[in-house]
Amino acid sequence: MSWNRKHLLDIYSLSKEEILTVLDTAKGFKQVGRRSIKKVPALRGKTVVNLFVEPSTRTRVSFELAAQRLNADIINFTAEASSFKKGETLKDTIRNLEALTADIVIIRHSSAGAAHFLSRVVESSIVNAGDGAHSHPTQALLDLYTMREKKGDLQGKEVTILGDILFSRVARSNIWGLQKLGARVTLCGPPTLVPKSLESMGCKVTYDVKEALSNADIINLLRIQHERQQHSMFPSLGEYSKLFGLNQERLAWLKPDAMIMHPGPINRGVEIESEIADSERSVVLEQVTNGLAVRMAVLFLVSGGKVASLEQKMGDVN
Amino acid sequence: MNTEQIAIDRLMFDADEVQSMLVSMSDAIRACHVTPDSLVIIGIQQKGVLVKDAMLRLLKQSWSSKDISTGELDIGMFRDDLGDNPVPHIQPTSIPDHLDDMDVILVDDVLQSGRTTRAALDALRDFGRPRSIQLAVLFDRGQRRLPIQPDYVGRKLDIEDDQLIVVKSLEEDGGLQVYLTLK
Repeated sequence: MSWNRKHLLDIYSLSKEEILTVLDTAKGFKQVGRRSIKKVPALRGKTVVNLFVEPSTRTRVSFELAAQRLNADIINFTAEASSFKKGETLKDTIRNLEALTADIVIIRHSSAGAAHFLSRVVESSIVNAGDGAHSHPTQALLDLYTMREKKGDLQGKEVTILGDILFSRVARSNIWGLQKLGARVTLCGPPTLVPKSLESMGCKVTYDVKEALSNADIINLLRIQHERQQHSMFPSLGEYSKLFGLNQERLAWLKPDAMIMHPGPINRGVEIESEIADSERSVVLEQVTNGLAVRMAVLFLVSGGKVASLEQKMGDVN
Repeated sequence: MNTEQIAIDRLMFDADEVQSMLVSMSDAIRACHVTPDSLVIIGIQQKGVLVKDAMLRLLKQSWSSKDISTGELDIGMFRDDLGDNPVPHIQPTSIPDHLDDMDVILVDDVLQSGRTTRAALDALRDFGRPRSIQLAVLFDRGQRRLPIQPDYVGRKLDIEDDQLIVVKSLEEDGGLQVYLTLK
């Protein structure tokens, strides 16, 4: 058991033990979700702020429900309905939230490093819910949770990430997390979105879809992120689908027990054919369920206390 | 702490001594409950589960019944000191489908402040409304900070504040040994 962090800012700086601590803690919270009363009082009296400067539905809702299941009070805060419009800086916004005694601030921002920045200017715990193309630690953790739940120890497992890697914080976070847990990562997609230079992260880069799919124990399909692309990185979605989309023909290349993942939202018919997305091989909806448990675990862990007080408090444990 | 130094990991009670405590506790439980039909024996994670398992073996023998309802409860999410202490390691919880109208016996290794028991009572509330809840502990070391008292006790101990009781399970037969160590 290893956790001594006030913030969750990225995956890169977590140790293997810390990642496993989150995943093991999430197991307990997943169990809570199966009970008729799905709430526990772990964060009773704490205030959590969902500060979403970049639009998001699933991550925001998942964090919101996670906080509610832990009995915290949660405030939702979006860019459209806030003083950002009036020109307030991010730092001023968060210091105002802190003055309202926010214990944990969950931040989604289009600029890489936003969460790190905030962790240096306020006392609240900061949880990164995605910063630009940099990091999306809770997505990576829920993906790792799902992979471990279905496939066991990830040491030596072959994981292929197919799609938009260049603009994807999910890809980057997944790569770091998977490597820390001993998996081998192959990246595949159009060369404009999967530059060879990504090999410097320790992954294999290939443009041969058959090779990338046929070796994999796990395939993680990533969405084409139109919104982050300044100019067109490939001719058309139709062409992407034709060359890289997971269709019935390519499905036959997979190992019989290979698992298909997608962080959502799915572009049906682009990254993946509709029927495959809904098939038993796809764990897309389980990822969503696991995401809730993982986010409960993260909120629980970052709100934990000071290790220094362990000895003086030991008398209270029994 | 007094001047007399105790050795770390000093064996306090061997498996036979612990066994005799467990026997007297299970006898007391039998005296209080006519049949095991409405009983649910729930061990509090982690060490309470070891004590629960050992006690369950005895109860099954003496009742010659294979079906005594049982469960395990992690109270980490119900502690009232998150924020002051390191986050607890969450262990599995498994509780029978419903506890409505059952007689629950909560089992733990050591009772001291009573805070763990309080958290366990809160946690159980989410699983239904038992007819009764009793508390069985292997050791009661006093120093209560809440109005909570055990119904079944293996041994009352008067030990120093900085000493810690550690229950260990013997691998061969699941027997329990008890060590005294410094915090």
